[in-house]
Amino acid sequence: MAAVNRDNMEEVKTDDGSPKIKPRPIVRLGIFLIAHSPIFSVVFSAAGVLALLLLPLLAKNTYISENALMPGSARSMLSNQDVSDGSKLVKDIKNFRLNHEGQGVEVQKLIGKYMSDMGAEVSFQKFHPEGNQFHPLHFFSSPDSYALEENVSCASYGVNVAGIIRAPRGDGKESIVLVTPYDFINGGDYESLSLGIVSSLFSLLSRVTWLSKDIIWLVADSRYGDYRPVAAWLTEYHSPSFKVSDLLKCDELNTADNFRRAGTMAAALVVKVDGRSERFEDTLSIYAEASNGQMPNLDLINVVNYLAVHRQGFYVKVEKVVSLLSSSWLQIFGEIFEAVGKLAHTLNPDWNFGIPAADYLEGSATLASSLYSQALGIPTGPHGAFRDYQVDAITLKISPRFPPDSKTRQHDFFLRGARLLEGTIRSVNNLLEKFHQSFFLYLLTSPSKFISVGVYMIAFALLVAPLPMVAASLYIDGCKALTNSTHNPAENLKSWKWLDAAKQVFALHLLGFIVTLLPYFICQVPGQHSPRNRSIMWGTTSSSLLLITFVTIPGFSPFSSRLHGTNWAVLKSVTIAAAFIGLCLMSIINFATAEIGALLLVPTCLMAQPIKPALRSRRVKSLLGAFCSLVLVTIGFPVMFFALSKGLLGEGLVGLSLGGEFWTWLESLWAWKSATYLYIGMVHLPCWLLCLCILFHPS
Amino acid sequence: MASLLRSLFLLLIVQSFLVAIAFGSNEVEEFSEALLLKPLPDRKVLAHFHFENRAPPSNSHGRHHHLFPKAISQLVQKFRVKEMELSFTQGRWNHEHWGGFDPLSSMNAKPVGVELWAVFDVPLSQVDTSWKNLTHALSGLFCASINFLESSTSYAAPTWGFGPNSDKLRYGSLPREAVCTENLTPWLKLLPCRDKDGISALMNRPSVYRGFYHSQRLHLSTVESGQEGLGSGIVLEQTLTVVLQPETTSVESNMQPSWSLNSLFGRKVVGRCVLAKSSNVYLQLEGLLGHELKNMDTKIEAHNLWKNADFELSLKPDRVLRESSSFLFVFDIDKSSDSEPFDLGLTWKLPSKWSCQQAPLHASRFLMGSGNERGAIAILLKATESQEKLSGRDLTNGQCTIKANIFQIFPWYIKVYYHTLQIFVDQQQKTDSEVLKKINVSPSTDKVSSGMMEMMLELPCEVKSVAISIEYDKGFLHIDEYPPDANQGFDIPSALISFPNHHASLDFQEELNKSPLLSSFKEKSLVRSYTEVLLVPLTTPDFSMPYNVITITCTIFALYFGSLLNVLRRRIGEEERFLKSQGKKTGGLKQLLSRITAKIRGRPIEEQSSSESPAAQSSVLSSKLIFKIILVAGAAAAWQYFSTDK
Repeated sequence: MAAVNRDNMEEVKTDDGSPKIKPRPIVRLGIFLIAHSPIFSVVFSAAGVLALLLLPLLAKNTYISENALMPGSARSMLSNQDVSDGSKLVKDIKNFRLNHEGQGVEVQKLIGKYMSDMGAEVSFQKFHPEGNQFHPLHFFSSPDSYALEENVSCASYGVNVAGIIRAPRGDGKESIVLVTPYDFINGGDYESLSLGIVSSLFSLLSRVTWLSKDIIWLVADSRYGDYRPVAAWLTEYHSPSFKVSDLLKCDELNTADNFRRAGTMAAALVVKVDGRSERFEDTLSIYAEASNGQMPNLDLINVVNYLAVHRQGFYVKVEKVVSLLSSSWLQIFGEIFEAVGKLAHTLNPDWNFGIPAADYLEGSATLASSLYSQALGIPTGPHGAFRDYQVDAITLKISPRFPPDSKTRQHDFFLRGARLLEGTIRSVNNLLEKFHQSFFLYLLTSPSKFISVGVYMIAFALLVAPLPMVAASLYIDGCKALTNSTHNPAENLKSWKWLDAAKQVFALHLLGFIVTLLPYFICQVPGQHSPRNRSIMWGTTSSSLLLITFVTIPGFSPFSSRLHGTNWAVLKSVTIAAAFIGLCLMSIINFATAEIGALLLVPTCLMAQPIKPALRSRRVKSLLGAFCSLVLVTIGFPVMFFALSKGLLGEGLVGLSLGGEFWTWLESLWAWKSATYLYIGMVHLPCWLLCLCILFHPS
Repeated sequence: MASLLRSLFLLLIVQSFLVAIAFGSNEVEEFSEALLLKPLPDRKVLAHFHFENRAPPSNSHGRHHHLFPKAISQLVQKFRVKEMELSFTQGRWNHEHWGGFDPLSSMNAKPVGVELWAVFDVPLSQVDTSWKNLTHALSGLFCASINFLESSTSYAAPTWGFGPNSDKLRYGSLPREAVCTENLTPWLKLLPCRDKDGISALMNRPSVYRGFYHSQRLHLSTVESGQEGLGSGIVLEQTLTVVLQPETTSVESNMQPSWSLNSLFGRKVVGRCVLAKSSNVYLQLEGLLGHELKNMDTKIEAHNLWKNADFELSLKPDRVLRESSSFLFVFDIDKSSDSEPFDLGLTWKLPSKWSCQQAPLHASRFLMGSGNERGAIAILLKATESQEKLSGRDLTNGQCTIKANIFQIFPWYIKVYYHTLQIFVDQQQKTDSEVLKKINVSPSTDKVSSGMMEMMLELPCEVKSVAISIEYDKGFLHIDEYPPDANQGFDIPSALISFPNHHASLDFQEELNKSPLLSSFKEKSLVRSYTEVLLVPLTTPDFSMPYNVITITCTIFALYFGSLLNVLRRRIGEEERFLKSQGKKTGGLKQLLSRITAKIRGRPIEEQSSSESPAAQSSVLSSKLIFKIILVAGAAAAWQYFSTDK
């Protein structure tokens, strides 16, 4: 069709007998691409997907970019005395909790006493576990812009303990933070091990002379989750409210004016111990993703990984999608790549890009997890709270290979854990400047391999490249169809025919915006509602709004039989243009979301065609096309995709409660201020609706 | 002749007598050295070296000095310095454990880095010039980058917030200046015995710099003689304050560590500096200890204090002085010799605990907010435990009040909004008029001068906490204004909190001999404390990527000039018309006609062929072009491949 169109264009130009004006090469290239857009869109999209699959092959080994870090160059100074201090604390806490059942802040006081015995300045902080309230204005706002002013009850609050070691000769401008989340009420034996590790380290740090930055050890009260206490402490650290707080009166523990600070934070490490390692070695999992796919500087991960692997002998891993490890299609891809790599190697021994299929599988599973957690925009641990203040932070989850009550192994475990932290702190302590040398935009395929932004954006660029081409070609088509009667070629491109379509697209985007904001009002509805009811409320309001739009604005409904409604080709062209802009904008805010969104949205938008003519024509090709677009549109519905991905992730397909689960999922998104929620509401949903309109277009 | 001789002789005698009178009326130059040792509650020991050098007023310029360092006297004469203080500090003074309400801490607890202030005796218009010259001179003298204080963006002229009230006062500080031996050596050169003899021989560099706090200070003031024709005398006071951690051998954690001079410094005092008028060592024990022993009021028992149940000194003190809350043991080091060096030691026998006197309010300062756009500075004043005991309250209007001065310099890239000043007293927000007695603000000018804020708070005595917050915007610096290691952030110098109604002094009950150290302690000094230095992260360009910058710039240039040339050179309308006219030539008759007209006009006929050639060329060109593109791409790929793999 486009080829025909091109012929027509040439005819138009040569109508008056003049020879064709040779446009500039770039224009010619553009015209060429637009003219052959169907082929190119297929080629580019396929290349985009292929580039995504190739990413594990293109991953580079990590390296320490900042020379000042010098990880592992100093001998560890941790002694057995320090470790036995840590063990004593763990034992004391255990005994104390056995003897004293129930509430109170006695355990906190015990830890505080330990800290001050080591020579640290101790402060306690009370916080209130805040509910996840959706407020549309909180997106992209800095974390200090809202303060809790509502009356707080004394029924539930947590108490953090923080100890600060002042660097003996330091100037106190910078600090390094160690966080150990610990549930003071029902924390398990494994959890208290993290206290032991950090306490051993703290004992050492209180007497070393090489510190140039202050050390803060925060024992976060994790009975209301890991994230909240850390976030509350950081809020108090960075933007305290000097007004009187009701929370202070709740307890005999007076925390007023007690809060202590130690300068700008250079880095933060969250240490957790949980579960038993399935492997022979102790396992160290690194979690780095903060809200909206922000990552800490790669150097921080490198230092930890280097020290853990080469000095302390931990097995280091990052999160991966386990179900992908057993997927056969990925296995086939891996084997193909391996074969190609081997072939290339035989041709030229220097070509070493091939990796074994097993490595490829591991890499892609890790990559998928990395992409997924970044796309979701939800931090994977308490370290996420630090990112809001531009502090590089990671969570280290250590799983020992012994049961928690094994005393003999515990000593060795503390020694190695504390030495790992000591090395990391020593490296960060060496830093004169804050982390800036290495990458901030990257995806991990293993703890020691990464893909930088320059490589992974190729896949996205290829994926979205067809959109402007197809939009242009469709627009030319549509305009021609509309101006068939006039036969005025000059007005062909200058016509304002796209305005109708643009109005429709704009209206649906506006609708998407309103639907995005609706949960705020639904949350305001008095009374307790289950997530399921709320999702039903949301669904009904949204669909009724959609119906109202269709009914009130003429020429909008895909079901109306008015002939002078917008041409579907022009509508599709504008839709695709809107999707393109939306995706590009999103790629700046959160690249991973845009990547996954493009995987969904690009085929849907490209394939969308009215099914009526296809049904009428009864040709196999057009029927197949209609079927494909139907399937894609079905999958493209956010709820459907959510259900599918849940099924894919191995959590089992859910039935009626799907709406409820979807609501909870969205609730978590907005609670974490994830831009993914905005993307779904303001880019994906309108584009999906527009595709639906095109699908049922009466032409 | 004889009479002449006699009169000449008489004249000579009279002259010599006059000279003798002149010398006699002037005091001679005096130098004295002293060392104060003080155990601190947190198991550390403070050592305070004090050297004083007095040059009496003289009537001749460029006179020879016996003891007084020439460099300093020249400095004073050249720049007409009335009073000056320069300090080099490393580490932070711990106000909670090391005290905040005694002369020692109020004078020697200095902000990190270099601090310099000076009062000049020149007309107001020349003060800034003098200051600039002085910074350069000091920079050379002390091997430090004090010359950075020359720029008007780094110093300020406090009016009343800083202590001495003068409009010829300039104040500046460099928080990032690293302090090391290279600064100590020129400082020692000013001493008559350097570190070869006397008390200064104790300054073993590794042990001095191993300390938790290290502050070397130089204070000079001119003394007006009051007599006509006489110049002014100069008093140069040099102090070095170090806080050291004695090596402990005892396992008991609450036991104070025992120490001796040798264990602290690794050296012993062999003898006094022979040029010094007095050289004493003092040991100050304060707090609880003193209270316990207060009952023993007889002098004899006080003299036996040095050996008791709590502690034991290795040497017998020559005198014991008593102050309200502390004892001062005085040792003369004259008696020491090579064979019997002076090595004072303190051995604790029983665990003891005491606390230092603290300033009425403890000040801390921190940054609020996040991001690279804006933030706020908060100063927190918290009441200390010792507040009730303190004197110096202002009981006007029947109300007990504490006055506190806050003096703060803001660099220009911290654009402070003074209207956002908020003051919370005991967590209640107060209006400015309620607590703010006086405020003086001089706003900063971008890249020209730094901002300054002085304010005087009047607080009720029972105040628990005061919070002051002020918002600011972060400025953008020009690329060449960034210092090395720009990604570290930028420093805001320490704020100074002083309490104008509180004065610290030690008044010893016994009559003193004229020891300069003790007399300086006896003078009332303003209680003051410096807050910590703050680090503000500003937006920093990515200096490590010049390659990217070059690439982008080149691309932009290429695009810009390419399109500009096209616009200027090509005439699209003409081209179109020309092509159209070419198109019309398709018919044979038309072609003929055009040829004829061309002939008439006198234009060459080859035009047709030339008009056709571009089209023909372009088709050839396009294939050539594609070939070229492929060639270049291939070359690039090959280059990439070989450059990365090899």
